[in-house]
Amino acid sequence: MQKLAAVDIHKSYGDLEVLKGISLEAHAGDVISIIGASGSGKSTFLRCINFLERPTSGSVSIDGELLTTARDRDGALRPTDRRQLQRVRSKLAMVFQNFCLWSHMSVLANVMEAPMSVLGLSRQEATERAKANLAKVGLDQKVLHKYPAHLSGGQQQRVAIARALSMNPDVMLFDEPTSALDPELVSEVLKVMQTLAEEGRTMIVVTHEMGFARHASSRVMYLHEGRVEEQGTPDAIFTQAQSPRLQQFLAGRLAH
Amino acid sequence: MNWDIIADNLPRYLEGTKLTLLLTFASLGISFFLALPLAFLRNSNNRVVQYTVLAYTLVFRGTPLLIQLFLIYFGLAQFSLIRDSVIWPWLSSPMVCVLAAFVLNTAAYTTEIFAGGLRTIPVGEIEAARAYGMSGWTQARRILIPAMLTRSLPLYGNEMIMMLHATSLASTVTLLEVTGVARQISLNDYIQFEPYMTAAAIYLTLTFVLVSGFQLVQKRWAGYLQSRIG
Repeated sequence: MQKLAAVDIHKSYGDLEVLKGISLEAHAGDVISIIGASGSGKSTFLRCINFLERPTSGSVSIDGELLTTARDRDGALRPTDRRQLQRVRSKLAMVFQNFCLWSHMSVLANVMEAPMSVLGLSRQEATERAKANLAKVGLDQKVLHKYPAHLSGGQQQRVAIARALSMNPDVMLFDEPTSALDPELVSEVLKVMQTLAEEGRTMIVVTHEMGFARHASSRVMYLHEGRVEEQGTPDAIFTQAQSPRLQQFLAGRLAH
Repeated sequence: MNWDIIADNLPRYLEGTKLTLLLTFASLGISFFLALPLAFLRNSNNRVVQYTVLAYTLVFRGTPLLIQLFLIYFGLAQFSLIRDSVIWPWLSSPMVCVLAAFVLNTAAYTTEIFAGGLRTIPVGEIEAARAYGMSGWTQARRILIPAMLTRSLPLYGNEMIMMLHATSLASTVTLLEVTGVARQISLNDYIQFEPYMTAAAIYLTLTFVLVSGFQLVQKRWAGYLQSRIG
């Protein structure tokens, strides 16, 4: 079943074209890793999927529903139906590089917020769902009433993943989820993501973690200067890379 | 020293204290609800809106409150257009003029304080609210306003104290709040030190209560901004 289709996404800032037509299709259970050097456009592409960045052209559909857009005065696409945009976004839970938890809310309140105010769950349902998901990402009962600032980066990112899970999303979007973490905290977050991948969640993961891309994903996309340079199964990408640029990129990464 | 006169006048000081508190909290209460939307408009992407609010806050922060009060209470009476209008019965009342001046003045400061608080919210937190499908209203109600208010608390607490002290200007247009009472006693009984000293003690006590209350609020609602670990 097709969950997400982004077709021919272009994005320009003024004269600078950062995305030159990228398409991606995700079916239920797909885990797609997007890799590439800094500046290759991978984060921008991910942010175009839920319209945090407005693409210059292209289309996005979720669960077969096409997001209706019109061209704005500044040349970028603008969703025409705000309600539809909100509904589509609520099906695409995002995990950010810098966690972006709501700092004035406790851990539990962070995870309960959107299910209540966006999905309309009752407080009781939201609490149960939040607690289950916080337990799932391995967080102790003790942190429930703490503020995000009082947690380690790894704990904060796991709260953010629990927040995303609590939306029961069709697709989870991960924007470099381990890049802001101290090296010793990376593995606790990757482990959680690995579990989610094994459970058959549909995930799009922008990452620098080649281990995750290679072992947890079903497909890998390599971006270079706003284009898909190469894509395929992890095996094809990591052991039989065709493009010299990808070979070079991987050689540089694996040497680290 | 003539403290007997003060003791005899304590009931008047009590009445004065009530009026001082009424003026303070009425001004702060009304201006709070004016400043909330104004703070958002102050950060609007629309230049015209943004500069209109800025012009308002600049004028009312850029001129003394006493002048604003005199302009409203004495100045407006000069125009027959206003004297003949339906709002004149209101504008001829010192209470209404004082409240109008206080509200306009403290709303200008509060707008800037809240607008500043709004700008300190990390962009990512607002982006997360959008990414999770919140409507503009939900974002404001659940994320922006609570974060803005808690981040503004220290400055806003200061503004509350300034407002409490500024109410003493009401005595210049015949209102008998704490300073008005002190002034009346000084004129009636030819003593200066005792009545004003008593007024000062009352303001100090009120300030102390206000500050203590404020510390509790800050501890309860703005604790998340303190002691960041790792």
